Amino acid sequence: MSEIILENLVKRYGNITVIDGLNLTMDDNEFTVLVGPSGCGKSTTLRMIAGLETVTSGEIYIGGKPVSHLEPKDRDIAMVFQDYALYPHMNVAKNMSFALRLARQSRAEIEKRVNKVAEMLGIEPLLSRKPAQLSGGQRQRVAMGRALVRDSGTFLFDEPLSNLDAKLRAQMRAELALMRQRLEKNMVYVTHDQVEAMTLGDRIVVMHQGIIQQQGSAEELYKKPVNKFVAGFLGSPPMNFFDGTLEESAGQLVVSGDGFTLPLPDTLKSRIQDRSDRAVTVGIRPSAFLLSAVTAGQVQLELPIVLSEYIGSQSVIVSSLGGQQILIEVGSDTPLKANEVLSFAIDPESISLFDPQSEVAL
Amino acid sequence: MKPTSIMNRATPFLFLAPAGIIMIFALLYPIGYLTVASFFDWRMGTPFADAVFNGFGNYAWILNDPNFHESFMVTITFAFTVVVLEMLIGVGLALMLERPILGMSVFRTIFILPMMIAPIVVGLVWRYMYNPQFGIFNKTLKKWGFEPIPWLSSPDWALPSVIIADIWQWTPFIFILSLAALQSLPRSSLEAARIDGASEWQQIIYIKIPLMMPVLVVAALLRMIDAFKVLEVIFIMTNGGPGLSTEIMSLQIYKTAFVSWELGRAAALSNVLLAIVLVITLAMFVYTKIRDARIARAQAAAEQY
Repeated sequence: MSEIILENLVKRYGNITVIDGLNLTMDDNEFTVLVGPSGCGKSTTLRMIAGLETVTSGEIYIGGKPVSHLEPKDRDIAMVFQDYALYPHMNVAKNMSFALRLARQSRAEIEKRVNKVAEMLGIEPLLSRKPAQLSGGQRQRVAMGRALVRDSGTFLFDEPLSNLDAKLRAQMRAELALMRQRLEKNMVYVTHDQVEAMTLGDRIVVMHQGIIQQQGSAEELYKKPVNKFVAGFLGSPPMNFFDGTLEESAGQLVVSGDGFTLPLPDTLKSRIQDRSDRAVTVGIRPSAFLLSAVTAGQVQLELPIVLSEYIGSQSVIVSSLGGQQILIEVGSDTPLKANEVLSFAIDPESISLFDPQSEVAL
Repeated sequence: MKPTSIMNRATPFLFLAPAGIIMIFALLYPIGYLTVASFFDWRMGTPFADAVFNGFGNYAWILNDPNFHESFMVTITFAFTVVVLEMLIGVGLALMLERPILGMSVFRTIFILPMMIAPIVVGLVWRYMYNPQFGIFNKTLKKWGFEPIPWLSSPDWALPSVIIADIWQWTPFIFILSLAALQSLPRSSLEAARIDGASEWQQIIYIKIPLMMPVLVVAALLRMIDAFKVLEVIFIMTNGGPGLSTEIMSLQIYKTAFVSWELGRAAALSNVLLAIVLVITLAMFVYTKIRDARIARAQAAAEQY
């Protein structure tokens, strides 16, 4: 019913181009997450969909209708802001009903809708309080409630959880995921947190420097990143990168670098066989270093433990390979001692290669 | 107690002492003298020792004096009219000029210029502009084919004329305070209101004005205090006339003291004006106290959950 399409969207402030020809289609009832580092243009994109920023060129379609010249109120959207943006002088009930009151809904209807949403979010006891009398988490809920009461076709979220502490953030994230299951709405969610992006989004759009780097499901993006930026951005701890050279060794194509020589899987081999440039960037995820014994086809690497960080079920080892610091993720049940040298197995299938200049995945 | 400890305790008072001494001589002493003098029948030019104690005679005289009643009404009319109009125009201008418009910084500077001009100069400038023969207003009116207006010479026009001059001078004060208040409003709340469907007017009425209210109340009270004490501009423009049509209280005090030479009565009049201004000041003080207490309560409540 209301697919959102961004077509050649451009946003410039003076000479600075923030968004450069963005094309994106968000299906009906899809939860789309725009994710990227600060300054990547994700918030600007969301604010253009909301109508809070003008569009320099290009068009936004909501449900097939061009909306870039419509006022925010005519776009059938509701928005949750990072700092909640509650009206400080109104109590919670008045905050939630503001849009309905402006739309001259009947008093009975307003009360019915506010109570229904308040019940759903568990904020009924707070209805007569002012925002200043609420904790951060409660304000967040009220902001959510204010958006829900509108019953708009599209929900926009601008980093809604980033002002909460870690525990509350995880809790609200779970509640958002639950809410998402109950509501048949378009949702566009902006965050810089890749965990939020991967857990919430049906479609994850990774942005960098005003350009979409890659879009797809969490799994697609994690397993098949199209470039070094996406590979390094998704996943925690982040992927390790090394400089490497393609070499022929005993009739096999291998990649070697300072301190390692790794054979390449057949799928990669066929793709880079004809490559004239021998220099590559090798990417290995921290979880690809296995503490198990080497099986057929795997390669063994001896790596020293510089430092280990115990983080519960996992431990992160800081090690070094060829003079470069690398991160390794292992189960925390293995006893780890500093300066000890451990033997890791690496499956060639888990290696990614990137072009060192264009940073595109090979 | 050790000498060093005594010194430590005394230091803050030593630092405060110069200001305190100036306060005593420049503020408390005159007010005390004023209050004492207001109970005496004291003519200008005679030593205070010769003054005759009069009890509340001066106050009784003031209360029964039709000139005082007239002057009191003029002052009230003047103060409330200028404050209401300055608030409306000042806030209105701030709301209009808040948005980014080309050359706005120049505009803003020009707008606040009147406030920086000395009141005597303002009075002279306006007296010339109101001049029936060569003043710009009547010249322009005549050029456009209208009847000239007896700005300062008619009892009906004199008060509106001085009110216009005061509005010209002091609207910028409300304007800059309102502008500062507007620019410090939470931007995202206004954006939320736009998304909630509020038109420009609805944003002003339901969001901007209520959020600016604390600043507006204090600004209005400050202007009210000043308006009750106004003297120079009116002194220069009309000297209270024609008749008593623009004789505000401070002008009446001046005339009682330096024209009629009735120092005791002038002192009593001064005390009445002081009492009025004090009430407004206390109102402002109470308002900020209540607001601070409310904020503190809200914060305490928020921390409990």
